[in-house]
This record gives sequence, structure tokens and C-alpha cells, in this order.
Amino acid sequence: MSPRPAQAAAPGEPLLAARDLQTHFELRRWGFLRTGSVRAVDGVDLTLDAGEAAAVVGESGCGKSSLARTLLGLHRPTGGEARFEGQPLARLRGAALKAYRARVGYVQQDPYGALPPFMDVRRALEEPLIVHGVAPRAERERRIEAALEEVGLAPAGEVWGKYPHQLSGGQQQRVVIARALILRPRMILADEPVSMLDASVRVEILELLRRIQREHRLALLYITHDLSTVRHYTDRVLVMYGGRIVEQAPVEALLERPQHPYAEALLAALADPDPANARRERPVPGGEPPSLAAPPPGCRFHPRCPYAMAGTCDVYDPPALGVGEGHTAACWLRA
Amino acid sequence: MSPWREGIARLRRYPSAVAGLAIIAALIATAVYTVIAIPYPQAQELWRGGERWQELPVNAGPVWADRLLGGDAPRTLTASSAAAETVEEAAYDGVRLNRTVLAVDYPYTEFPSEVTLFLEADFEQRRPFVRMRWRTPDGEVIPLGARRVGEQGRVSISQDRGLESRLGRAPQVGLFAEPGPAGTEERPEARPGRYELILETVHFERTSQLAAELVVYGQVHGLLGTDHERRDLAVALLWGTPVALAFGLLAAVGTTVTTLVIAAAGVWYGGWVDALIQRLTEINMILPLLPILVMVGTLYSTSIWLMLGVVVVLGIFSAGIKMYRAMLLPLREAGYIEAARAYGASNPRIILRYMVPRILPVLLPTFVTLIPTYVFLEASLAVLGLGDPVLPTWGKVLHDAQAQSALYHGHYYWVLEPAALLMLTGLGFAMLGFALDRVFNPRLRSV
Repeated sequence: MSPRPAQAAAPGEPLLAARDLQTHFELRRWGFLRTGSVRAVDGVDLTLDAGEAAAVVGESGCGKSSLARTLLGLHRPTGGEARFEGQPLARLRGAALKAYRARVGYVQQDPYGALPPFMDVRRALEEPLIVHGVAPRAERERRIEAALEEVGLAPAGEVWGKYPHQLSGGQQQRVVIARALILRPRMILADEPVSMLDASVRVEILELLRRIQREHRLALLYITHDLSTVRHYTDRVLVMYGGRIVEQAPVEALLERPQHPYAEALLAALADPDPANARRERPVPGGEPPSLAAPPPGCRFHPRCPYAMAGTCDVYDPPALGVGEGHTAACWLRA
Repeated sequence: MSPWREGIARLRRYPSAVAGLAIIAALIATAVYTVIAIPYPQAQELWRGGERWQELPVNAGPVWADRLLGGDAPRTLTASSAAAETVEEAAYDGVRLNRTVLAVDYPYTEFPSEVTLFLEADFEQRRPFVRMRWRTPDGEVIPLGARRVGEQGRVSISQDRGLESRLGRAPQVGLFAEPGPAGTEERPEARPGRYELILETVHFERTSQLAAELVVYGQVHGLLGTDHERRDLAVALLWGTPVALAFGLLAAVGTTVTTLVIAAAGVWYGGWVDALIQRLTEINMILPLLPILVMVGTLYSTSIWLMLGVVVVLGIFSAGIKMYRAMLLPLREAGYIEAARAYGASNPRIILRYMVPRILPVLLPTFVTLIPTYVFLEASLAVLGLGDPVLPTWGKVLHDAQAQSALYHGHYYWVLEPAALLMLTGLGFAMLGFALDRVFNPRLRSV
């Protein structure tokens, strides 16, 4: 696969930029009465440069999968704006939307569910090419072979005619990655790509993603709940909580000097390799993640925050405050 | 190996599937043979009846069934003047006297069902005159009268009332009975031997000719017997096979495929599309199919293809939609469908390429068992008198049999043959369907 020549976006402009992006799902009764909404994505600001790998970290239910789907164009944003190569996603229709979809690859959490059980590998990989009118057949086959080789499933002839249930979890995820690559995208969205895999395979898949991302200068948005898989495979980390990005920083900066109490708590909850610390008490915040249907006022984290300041954190919403080189945190403690 | 091929390989382990497949294969082979051997227009022509069947007995059972039960019922015997010698006995003044002997070697002890002489004369002005006599193996000669012969003549000897009163019993009995006083035996028996019909023809023209054929009708005929119009039931039973298979298959395909696609579209688009489909289905579910078909058949036409159309149209929004919807609903959230949307697959593509194929294996058994249901429906319509007016089908044979009170008259073969074919069809598809269900329906696999 030859890398697609960088194009379109003006120099200096990020490949993907979201400003105050919102995706709310309306709750209805009897199909028409609006009784409220779930604010899955509620004012997300983020940028992603071409060739950059960023991680979105957050616990389940924080809206990170909804963010991924919104960026894929599977959900229409209900507010704010996301631009890809300068074009607003919400206004893409028809052919332009289809062209956008060829430029974004999608890797899902459950590789087995992500592959149609009634299609063999060749057919599953051919589908996107057929949808995007890649002809003739020989060209499609050449690209399938190249993509399989790229994800380490060479020789392609061995997996070519196999069905998903005949492959291991790791192989399935490799096929899913091959499918995400086959249209030569500029960006890959990987939603928990390794959480359903055996621990032994996780590193392989993450390294594969990192290698492909570097070789083709792809942008990678890696969505995970597991901060421990972030260090070697991404450049930047975005911490998401309650539908918002609460902290973003270069990976090293975040892991060493987290600025938001939630990021701090996540980091503290990581498994410690030192056995001496195994039984140490950790200050893990109690409580539940906030309800996205009725988020708490002020800072969304204040009910669980050990440093919450009454009268400030439970009233005013903190803005993203700069705390270092490329490092912001939405916390009144940093004001 | 694809899931399909795997399934078929597993299918071979079920004896019922193999037997069912063998039955279906035999039916299909019969259908193909029939369509080739008796083309469609010819089948219609044959089933219209008429003269082409005049040499077959009425309501004759199959030969093999009679022999199997130890009977010795006579078959039809014929003697033609073309094979017999015609002797010119005298000629004077343009008038010729010819003598022809039509001989029949009758080996049975039971009596024939009818005796008929077919005559065909070739003359210019004056019709030939023929005198008929019957000679039994014992040399007894019974005069059968005389008549002038038109271009086409038919002498129903067994219907001759005068002869009947002279013989004291039905002519087909009297002419073949053992010699002796009439009516004394408890159960008269025929005397096997050589019977002769002596024709003495007087021609009044030099060139006039007479062709004659004596038909001694039996009580049994062929493999499948005949009906009240002397038609060979083989025509109807053979042609019923392709008609039944085509009707069942087309109706099953038509209803299953449209229903499945509509159910998938409803599930995928959701919202008002789904609601509309569900309401239409609920309305359609309370419409009675059979009365509607009877109405269409009575008011419009009973053509089998029209009936097929009505069955398919009424079957589109059938209860199946509810079942398919339940099976398809979880697919809407399937990862591979989300992936397909993410790479830009269109809505029709998602419905036809991703949703429908996923549940096809589960539907295959239902589909196979659905085929005989429609075959039976067609037969039921025919029995109700709504069969196709020109096409012979199994149902129409049953209808004729019922109309002629076949069972009352002891013509069991007339009812049993089409019924057996219908049952065989049902059996074949059911056996295959149940085995397919075991193979493709995951819920049954562990049972």
C-alpha cells in the first residue's frame, strides 16, 4: 500500500478539529413526547494532526464511543462543529459523505462481531472496495492481498477463504484492521481495539496499529478505558469524563504530572509493577460516573472529587486551562 | 469451508434428509421428463379429452393393482380390418360383396366392460351396407344386425338394447359367456378362446372401401388407469408434478423473499416505515386467504397463475414479517453492520447483503416446509372447483373423482393416486425441512 499523498488541509491546520461538539440523544415517550436527553458528547474540543496518534481515555459510559461514532458520521452531532480537512462533517451529504468515509478507517472493539459471519475474509475485505467502486476485480484482489500482508497475515492465500469463526481473535482483529486500511484512509478510529483480546495478543495488535500509523503517517484516535496501554502507542492523551475532555497532554506529561483529579485517580488505579505497593491503600474516588441524562451542575467530577471546593466546583463549569506545553486541564484547582 | 457447504455436509448424516432429497429428486426428474415428453400445449389438448381417448375403457383401474390383488381383469383388445384379410366373394353389376373377419383371442374369464365397432367408409355417392355376425369359440353364431355406414360410424354393440333382450343379459356378458341357459349361473364366467366378428359388406361402388376396428374394452388400463372421460390419468398425474412443484416453489419463494426483504427494511429504517409495515401486517393477518381466493376464482378467473399471484400478494404482509422482524432486530446493532455503515455501504446494500443473508440459513428449513403447504393449497382450491380450467393437476383429478363419486363406485385408485402423490410431496419436503432445521437452526443443534 502506498501512502496517500498529503493534501487538502491548509498548512498548520489540523486534520480533524472539533469545537464544542455535542451529541445528545433525545428520550421520548410514546414516540413523540420529549422527556429529556442523554448528553453522550457534551461540548468536546479536540484536534488531531495528520500523522498523530492520540488516545481518548475514560471509564465506560463517559461518552467516548459516542464521540467515535459522531466522528465517523454514524451519529449526527446535535451541536458544535467537527471539521475534517477543513470541511464541516455535519454538512456532508451523499458523495461527499461517502468520500469522507473512505478517508476514515474504523476498528471496533469486538473483532468477531465486526466481521460478517457469512462472508469469508476475501469477501469481507472486498466489500468496502465494491462499495467505493474500485474496479476491476484484479485490482481489488491486489489491494486485499496487500492489506492482508500489511497486517501480518501473509501469505494472504492462507486466510483468504476462511470465515471469521475459523480465525483466532488476534487474526480477526488483524482482518478488521486490514479492512480499515483497505480504502487508504488518512485517519483511523480505533474504539477499544484490544479490550476483547487475550492479553498476549494485545501488545501485538497495538504495535501493529502504531507501526501502520507511523509508516503511512496516518492520524490515529485510539479510544480506551485502559491508561496502561497508552504510553508506547500514542503521542497525546485526552482524558474524557462525563461527555467532556477534562485534560489533554502529551503522553509523558500526563503520565508523570496529571493535572486533573480524575486523571490523577485513573493513574493511581493503574496496576503497579512494584509488589511492595500491591497492598497499599489507593485514593480511588468512590461513587458512580455521572448520569449523562442529568449531569451534575458545575464541574462534572465534583461529586467524586476529593478536592472539591464548595461554592465553586459545584456551581461553575471549569474551562480548559493551559497548564504546560500542549497541556490543558479543566479544573478550578489550576486556575 | 463456507457455512452453507458445512451445513450440507452435515445434512448427509441425517437419513431423513437423504430420503427426503431422494423423493424430491424423483419428483423433479418426473417433472422434467413430463415437460419434455408432453409439451404444455399438448398436455392441455390431451386433457380436453374427446376422440383421441375413444379406445380406452371408462374408469379402468391400473393393471398392476388388479394383478397384485390376484385379479385377472381383462385388458382392452382390438382387431382391425387393416390386419385382417378381406375376401371379395362376389361382384356383379358394380355391386361387390366383401367378407372380413375380425378375430380376437380372448384369454380372460372376466367379461369386458364394453364392445364397440368403429367403422370408416370411403365412398362417393352410395353408402356401403354391412351385416355383422358374432361367432363364439364354440361355433355359435349370433347375428348383430346390419346397417348402412356413413363416413364415420360407430356401433356400440354393448349398448344394443335389442341384442340385450335376445341374449337375456348385457351384450358384453352374453357374447362372451359360457354356453348354457342364460341367467342360471350364480356368477357367470367368460369363456376364453377365439371370438370372431364377421363383417359382410355390400359395396355399391367400384372403389368404395370400408375400414373397421373392433374394440373389446377391458376393465383395467395401464399404470394409472383412466377416468370417466376415458382419459389416461397418467397425463394428469404426470403433468400435476411440474405444476405442483412450480406452484409450491414460486409461491414459497415469492412470499418468503418479499416478506424477508420487507421485514429487513422495516427493521433497518425503523420509525414510521416499521410502524406502517407492522400495521399492514396486522390488517393482512386477519384477512382470510381461502375465501378471498374463492371470490377471485368465482368472479374473475381460476387460472393457476392468477391464483399464484393472489397467494403471493396476500402472503407478502403475512405473519412471517413478525417472526423475521424479531430475528432481524438484534442485527441492527451488529458490529459488522456498523462497520458497513462506517465504510459507506448504502441502506439497500445493508438490508440485502448484510441483514438478509445473516438469517437465510435459519429460514431455509421454514422455506422448504412451506413448499408443500402451497402444493396442498393448490389442490384444495382444485377440489373446491377452483382448479385451473385447462391444466391437468392432482387437485383436479381429486375434484373429478369426488364429482363422480369415485369412492362410492369403488374406483379407489382415482382418489388414492393423486392423494399418494400429494402425500409423497409433503413427506419429501417435510423430511428435508426437519433435517435442515436441525442443521441450520442453532437453537435445535444441541437437542
